[in-house]
Amino acid sequence: MITMTVNGEKKEVLAEPRELLIYVLREKMGMTGPHVGCETSHCGACTVEIDGKSVKSCTMFAAQAQGAEITTIEGLGSPDSLHVLQESFKEHHGLQCGYCTPGMITRAHRLLQANPNPTEEEVRFGIAGNICRCTGYQNIVKSILSAAAELNAAKEAAQ
Amino acid sequence: MIPAAFEYHRPSDIAGALSVLAEHGDEARVLAGGHSLIPMMKLRMADVPHLIDLQDIADLKGITIDGDTVTLGAMTTQHELIADEALFAACPIIREAALQIADPQVRYMGTIGGNVANGDPGNDMPGLMQCLDARFTLVGADGTRSVAARDFYESAYMTERDDEEILTQITFSATGAGYAYEKQKRKIGDYATAACAALITKDGDKVATAAIAMTNLSDIPVLSEAAAAALVGTSCDADAVKAAVAAALEDIDPTEDNRGPVAFKMHVAGIIISRAITRAWSGA
Repeated sequence: MITMTVNGEKKEVLAEPRELLIYVLREKMGMTGPHVGCETSHCGACTVEIDGKSVKSCTMFAAQAQGAEITTIEGLGSPDSLHVLQESFKEHHGLQCGYCTPGMITRAHRLLQANPNPTEEEVRFGIAGNICRCTGYQNIVKSILSAAAELNAAKEAAQ
Repeated sequence: MIPAAFEYHRPSDIAGALSVLAEHGDEARVLAGGHSLIPMMKLRMADVPHLIDLQDIADLKGITIDGDTVTLGAMTTQHELIADEALFAACPIIREAALQIADPQVRYMGTIGGNVANGDPGNDMPGLMQCLDARFTLVGADGTRSVAARDFYESAYMTERDDEEILTQITFSATGAGYAYEKQKRKIGDYATAACAALITKDGDKVATAAIAMTNLSDIPVLSEAAAAALVGTSCDADAVKAAVAAALEDIDPTEDNRGPVAFKMHVAGIIISRAITRAWSGA
């Protein structure tokens, strides 16, 4: 039995040691936003946030996440109330097929926590663990830079 | 993608990990960040009936700088190496190299100990550790021993570490030397076609000391003493760099793979070594 907090909710799940976190999230918890795009830990489609780190959940056994706090794309916003990054990806056409998007946005979320005011180069380097087949990255970079600007403006307004 | 079944162990101290290793011998492997081992398990290229997760062992974590001595706990992640300002002040080449390893997600998980203990010639840290003349601490049932990084690598995936030992920490001296880690790769996250770590100190306008080590140009990392000897005492002018590069190329033995044929790798290595030396000298 593994206990973890997923998107703020405490979850208990029975899993074999060899079960990868991505499968436990998708098949046992219904979090089907994070995707599987490869078997060599390159694509980052399975990226989730674990204890403040961006992690490729295909390269972690669920057992390793015992006690962890996990955020998936489902925890960032909802269709009625999009997260700033989700809104920005929509606005700037930062997705087409949508398969890399959950991992991309979850990664971008952590990137902006670590570096709230990134340059274009820092954004590109910061999402280098996430591959996209559709967009050519340009609009993803735009989406993230725009979300950063919006988050910073909101922060300033709040002060 | 689907690893074979195994038994999972999560000891809270080194003694606990050693006892699982002692009990199961080569049926057991330690799990650090998991970003080389798990991919191999998913391809069924590694058979690990007993997996010992080291994440709860506090003694394996942390960066300590005591005077000139830098000690890195084996479970320190690449992300932590990059972020640590005191480590950057004591040994800036570590951050430069770590930023050329893998990608953000992998760096959040992958550890320095896993990188150096893995034994894959593609890993970047082993050559760098040879350049720094680091020492690795190995703890086993018979006690603790220290092995120089320069003596640690035997052949691809074969190291001085015994199956029942754990690499617990890495120690080296802080260095104000001019430095460079130059890496040619096909894309982000790729292992090097050729990479070179260089550390150079200056006395007046001459090279006082030099250390030159290369990555993924043989089945083990290669420290070229001949390249260093070709630089010491010179003013690191074009002729000296040329002589050092020629000496370094004598010491490597690349193999053909999808990064290119041997002749191409020798050519790339020459350029990368030359760049590393030139940049390290400019900061010396």
